[in-house]
Amino acid sequence: MAVRVDGRNDGNSLVQVRDLDKKYRRGSEDIHVLQGLNLDVDKGEFVAFMGPSGSGKTTLLNLLGGLDLPSKGSITVAGDEVTSMSGSKLTHWRARHVGFIFQMYNLLPVLTAFQNVELPLLLTKLSASERKQHVETALTVVGLGERMKHYPRQLSGGQEQRVSIARAIVADPTFLLCDEPTGDLDRKSADEIMDLIERLVHEFGKTVLLVTHDPQVAERANVTLHLDKGVLREGAVAGARA
Amino acid sequence: MKYFGLLWANLKRKKLRTILTLGSFVVALFLFALLAIVKTAFSGGLEVAGADRLVVINKTSIIQPLPLSYRDRLARLPGIKDVTFANWFGGIYQDPKYFIPQFAIDTDTYRQMFPEFRVSDEDWQAFVADRQGAIVGEKTAKKYNWKVGDRIPIKGTIYPGAWQFNIHGIYHGSKPQEDTSQFWFHWKYLEEGTGRTGTVGWYTVRVSNPDDSAAIVKAIDQMFSNSPYETKTDTEKAFAAGWVKQMGNIELLILSIGAVVFFTLLLVTGNTMAIAVRERTGELAVLKAVGFSDSFVLFLVLAESVLVAVLGGALGLLCGKLLAAGGDPTGGLLPIFYLPPRAIITGAIVTIGVGLVAGIIPAVNAMRLRVVDALRRV
Repeated sequence: MAVRVDGRNDGNSLVQVRDLDKKYRRGSEDIHVLQGLNLDVDKGEFVAFMGPSGSGKTTLLNLLGGLDLPSKGSITVAGDEVTSMSGSKLTHWRARHVGFIFQMYNLLPVLTAFQNVELPLLLTKLSASERKQHVETALTVVGLGERMKHYPRQLSGGQEQRVSIARAIVADPTFLLCDEPTGDLDRKSADEIMDLIERLVHEFGKTVLLVTHDPQVAERANVTLHLDKGVLREGAVAGARA
Repeated sequence: MKYFGLLWANLKRKKLRTILTLGSFVVALFLFALLAIVKTAFSGGLEVAGADRLVVINKTSIIQPLPLSYRDRLARLPGIKDVTFANWFGGIYQDPKYFIPQFAIDTDTYRQMFPEFRVSDEDWQAFVADRQGAIVGEKTAKKYNWKVGDRIPIKGTIYPGAWQFNIHGIYHGSKPQEDTSQFWFHWKYLEEGTGRTGTVGWYTVRVSNPDDSAAIVKAIDQMFSNSPYETKTDTEKAFAAGWVKQMGNIELLILSIGAVVFFTLLLVTGNTMAIAVRERTGELAVLKAVGFSDSFVLFLVLAESVLVAVLGGALGLLCGKLLAAGGDPTGGLLPIFYLPPRAIITGAIVTIGVGLVAGIIPAVNAMRLRVVDALRRV
């Protein structure tokens, strides 16, 4: 297993990013968020991205998840070049390959935990009973087998994030993208969530790419990468804390 | 069907708002149904008017009589097949607020002229045999709980006196638009009772070929021109239309009210949907993030808008149908009181249309929503 940022991998990585540029236009000024970024992540890796606010962490995650398109460069996941896909193909690819975990959980408040987790499966051809089985398994994995009929408002923040994790894993995606998954939680709940994510990596072989400001969270990852001024670096960077 | 739970959950999100929007559709469609009932009440006669029948009235006014002697002259006119006549009676049964259209008819020819009104041969023969006999429409019979054999007292107004009638039959219409509220009795009974001999209220003639109607209308009026009783002849349809026009342009009035109601409904629903979509921008972004397509999001918002419209519309039309089933609440002023299936279909189409149009702008906005922008706002 390996993670590299020099672009000199043999091409067998699960995630392969080459010469990635992302710039936004604000008024008459171009803002370079990511510059010539290279990244290779093998299957089963747990990578944490750290960096100051505005360093491009979430932008990188959005690009990896096919939610945004780069200004230049390419992203290839499991052999599929994401950056060359059209809108509808990209949507389909996202449903099949990406599990998102957001800082604010982003559960639909009108749906129960079960229904929230079932959402990605509605896009599949599974029957209702097969969907039920998958959802129950996912919720059991995150320790909420007894809370299936609860609405988000009836759950604690930590439990909501667990539901969000169950939703991310229920369709068995190729990799999980976590954007500050513990950012809205107290330390105890954050630790529990990180225990769960670690378990997904070590026990279920999931590949996880996680953005965080929290060094304690980043320590749980196999590799921590630092993003500063649009450039990705391995290892610790002094003052990289937000 | 697997998405229905998501759709339904969204409707339950703000129950009061959904109930109020639904209520707007219920009220609007109930009003639409009511207008359709009133329109049918006024114009229903036009739809069932015989294409081959002409009505001959006194040129001055329908309340002025025509001589009975015209019957034979009309019958001799080329192109005319049958002739019958009738007279308005205008009596009161128990209370002036109960309105029953009563006609003194020529028992020899009336039934043949109006075959759409169905009455059994046996009952008709019994009616013909009794000078005080009467045939009554099923609606009126039901309303007053009259049965064959009942003796009905009616107080004359135009023709004063206490008139007694024996019911010998109940007639039925062959279509729902047909007026089954009428009360028929012998014209001879009226003639004998009043002593006014030799005059009738109006004639109805049947032409051999409806294409000749215009020429026959002209011929009839020419035949009686410059006489003390000049005539005004029209097709039955034109006669019925003229009757309706006396009340004003009912159709325009109804269309105007309906258009205003639906336009207001469109604004109300459009605004509600816009607010509903704006409130859950983040949720729609999450749906897209997990793999739901732009077109699915478009469909979801539109389906939500149409579902509210259809539920409310169906309830409104059902209320209208129930109102119509309850019968004419005016005491007889609207004898044709029913909600035609065509109006229900129109109402359903308009409802779905309003639902779609109201939802289209919010739905397109939701479809165009960029996930990255929307998530940044959460």
